Order: sequence, then C-alpha cells, then structure tokens
Amino acid sequence: MSLKIDHVSVIYPAADGRPPVAALSDINLDIGEGEFVVALGASGCGKSTLLNLIAGFLSPTSGGLSLDGRTVMGPGADRAVVFQKHALLPWLNVIDNVAFGLQIQGIGKQDRYRTANEFIGLLGLDGFQSSPVYKLSGGMQQRVGIARALTCDPRILLMDEPLGALDALTREKAQELILRIWGETGKSVFFITHSVEEALFMGTKLIVMSPRPGRITHVFDLPFSRQFQGGTPARQVKASSEFITLREKVLNIIFADEEAVE
Amino acid sequence: MTDPRPAKGPGLWSRLARARPTRPGEIYGVPGQGSTFWLSVASVLALLFIWWLITALGLVKPLFVPSPQSVLDKFAQIWREGFTNTSFLDHVLISTARVFGAFILACAIGLPLGLAMGMSPLMRGIFDPPIEFYRPIPPLAYLPLMIIWFGIGETSKVLLIFLSIFAPIVLGARSGVKSAAIEQIHAAYSFGATRWQVMRHVILPSAMPEILTAMRVGIGFGWTTLVAAEMVAATSGLGYMVLSASQFLQTSVVIMGIFVIATIAFAFDLMMRFLERRLVPWKGRM
Repeated sequence: MSLKIDHVSVIYPAADGRPPVAALSDINLDIGEGEFVVALGASGCGKSTLLNLIAGFLSPTSGGLSLDGRTVMGPGADRAVVFQKHALLPWLNVIDNVAFGLQIQGIGKQDRYRTANEFIGLLGLDGFQSSPVYKLSGGMQQRVGIARALTCDPRILLMDEPLGALDALTREKAQELILRIWGETGKSVFFITHSVEEALFMGTKLIVMSPRPGRITHVFDLPFSRQFQGGTPARQVKASSEFITLREKVLNIIFADEEAVE
Repeated sequence: MTDPRPAKGPGLWSRLARARPTRPGEIYGVPGQGSTFWLSVASVLALLFIWWLITALGLVKPLFVPSPQSVLDKFAQIWREGFTNTSFLDHVLISTARVFGAFILACAIGLPLGLAMGMSPLMRGIFDPPIEFYRPIPPLAYLPLMIIWFGIGETSKVLLIFLSIFAPIVLGARSGVKSAAIEQIHAAYSFGATRWQVMRHVILPSAMPEILTAMRVGIGFGWTTLVAAEMVAATSGLGYMVLSASQFLQTSVVIMGIFVIATIAFAFDLMMRFLERRLVPWKGRM
C-alpha cells in the first residue's frame, strides 16, 4: 500500500464577497504500508480537507493523489472512513451496522455476518450484535464505526477525529484499542486529532499543519506507538522525558500558529 | 430589633415566580414536564358535565344545543334505521373509503415526488411553484373548479381530499431527505455505494420519521376536507349526513356526525403513533 500526495493544492472559490481561500497549499505526503500518520494543527489548517481529498470526496485544485499508482477518483472501498460522530445508522442494530459496507458491496447475509462477527469480536463488542446502536455509549458506538470500516478490508483507514467526542478515560482506552487493532491488522492509518498527546502517542509519523494557507510545516517520526506495542504501558510511555520534551515542542508550534491567526 | 412574627413559607406569588428545586427523577427547569393523563380525563368529564348541565337546566333550546341523551338516542336510532335510506355503517364506509382512497393515492404519488424533489434540483425547480401555489388555498375555493372539470361524481370528491393531503405529504418527504447526516451519506459512499444505494439504504430510512409525521398531518387534512368534498352532490357519507341534517335543523345528528368523524380520525392517529413507535424507535435519539 502506498498513498502518494503530490504537490496538492485546494483553493475554495470566492464567496459572499470574501476572497478565495487556499485551504491547502502544495501538500506533499507519502503514506507507506503499515504507517500510522497523524495530522495535527490549529483549526482551519486544512486537516479535514486533506482527509476529504484522500477519501475522494473532494478533488484537488492542482496536483494529484494516487493510491498504489492509481489516481484517486472519488470515494472507494479501498479507503474506509471513521467519523467523529453521527455516522452510524440508528435503524440498524450493531451487526447490521458493522456489515453495512459488505451489504453495499452486494455480499450475501451469511458471509457478511461471518466477517462482521470477526470484527465485532476484535473490537470487544461480542454479545451486542443485536443491540440497537442508539442505546450504546459513545465509546461503543465509535468501536462499531471502526469495526464497520475494517470489514471491507480497506488499504488505508481514514480517521477524522474519531475520539474527539469521548470523555478522557474512554478516550485513552480507545487509543490503546486502536493501536492494538492497527498492530493486528497491519493497516495503514491517516488519523486527525486536536490532541497533541494523542497525536504523539499514536502515530509513527506526525505532520503538523498551519493555517492560511493550509500547509505542512513540520514532520516528526515518532517512536512511541512502537514502544507501546513492545509492551511498555501507555502511561509510562506518556510520562517519559522524551515524550514530554516533544509534546512541549509541538505545543509551542501550535500555540504560535494560533496566536498568529488572532 | 428582630421581627417578632413567626417565619412564614414563601407566598403564592414568589412560588409562582421562582422555580423550586425539582424532585429526584425529574429534570430541573424542563418546560411543561409532568403527566397530563388524569387532567385530560377530568377535562373531558367536566365538558360533558357542563354540556349536560346546560341542557338539563333548559338554559339553551335543544335546537341549538341538544342534550347528550338526545344525541345518544339519535345515534342509536340511526345505527338501527340508517339515515336517508342508507345504513349508518355505509355512511361510515363510504367516507372512510373516500378519505383513505385519497390518502393512499396521495402517498403513492406524493412520497416519490417529494423524495425526488429533495434529491434533484431539476424536480424541485419544476414542481415547487405549482405545489406552493395551490397549497395555501382553502379547498372550498377550488371546489367549484373541481366540479366544472371533473363533474359531480366520486372523482371530484376524492380529488379534493387528495389535494388537501398531497401537499403536506410532498413537503414532508422533501424535507425528510435532509434528515440524513452528511457523515452517514459519506460513510455509504466510502464503501463504494451508488447514488441509488445511498438513497435506498441511508436517505430513505432516515427520512422515515418525517414521512410518518407528514402522513399523520396529511390524513388529518383529509378528514377536515371530507365535509367540503361531500358537499358535491353526495347522497351518502358522514359529511353528507352532517350537511343535510343541518339543513333540516337536526342539530343532534350534526353533533353525532362530528363525534363519529373525530373518533375515526383519532383512532387512525393512535394507529399512526403506534406505527411510529414500532418503525422509528430511534427517532430523535441519534
């Protein structure tokens, strides 16, 4: 799997008397097999625009994106999206939500339930197959969303602030769960977050983005998620001096951007 | 100096003006919370009592307000003997058939049209002006046109009711299309869904609550238009019964007819509410 983003710019046209906005300017990014790329930045830096480009919901004004050498032309099952919220279908129960992507692809009920059950087990949702999703907690709903994204065996998972609506404790547990699943499935991940700590802990590569125009200003290679997978407890990873030093450095960059905007 | 008077609880005025802490199990400050069932029962009984009292004391002539007893007697008599050579049940059946026939027709045409208008600017552009034009016009205003164009048979009766149901159904289905969250739609597309699959698996199910509400509103309009429709040379039906009884000043039949129409409409509304709970238990919960 390799995703190449090559000199991509996105310019939103002028509207309501305001000048055109450069949401993204000359973005270059490669995501390789099994990489976990986290995008971090002040609001308006174009993180979500970048995700929408990769998902195929938006076409670049200039430049190009390709997945395994094929140009990205619209959304497709090789790139699954996990949203922050509102993306489950409340009229379906857990297993039908998880199997939704397979249903869209025309796979028979038995086969899709078998696959769905695999991922329901992986995400720790066993026993909730026939529960209505609107009765689940926010954390469990997010796990349903992740299971649904995985069922179609995508080349890359696109996660748009998937943990942003969860409370702090649930969020930390979900981070560990996602890392575990990333390790077990070996999927590539593109992950957007507002939390510096989450970004540092989860990614193998961190891109820091700045607004006006939206661009990548810093790239860091991160060792922490590998440390966690190597058996170091999450709290210990996050308390290491290496982690804290980098966290302060990234926070300084982000705060400087925020002040520049104001 | 201290006040020698004993401490008193807050007066009525301050209790009305300021909310007190709520009891456990209720949420502080929710407007209008609390059960109304027994109050409603009491309200109905009180109205019946006032009705009975007015007529029993002879305050109003029976021509204007007949007693509950005479309305009941009239009901029993019409139940047994029919009204103008048609049995009571036939009156009920023909009216119900007109309203439900129009309702089914309005759903069959209005739901697809409304969905199409929500999905396509082309359809919206074409059909929005005529529907918005006729929608606020009272059915009685275009009743003469119906008669001139479609005669005095069943067509113009059912068509009149149909038109009153059609607009709310179209509007409900059309705005229902907007119920789906953009994330739900994007999720479906990201699995490679076609436009048709998104419509079938995301937009249609999420529009169901609004569609069911529109159907409830629509059938309500249908019953309100029934009497107008049966002004058109009808010889049977509940609306006809009410109209012709009024011409012969049979006030008790008029009141009875009103009760029968209200009862049928209410029973149907209960059924729709039941359906709503069964079909869209997730309404407003996600």
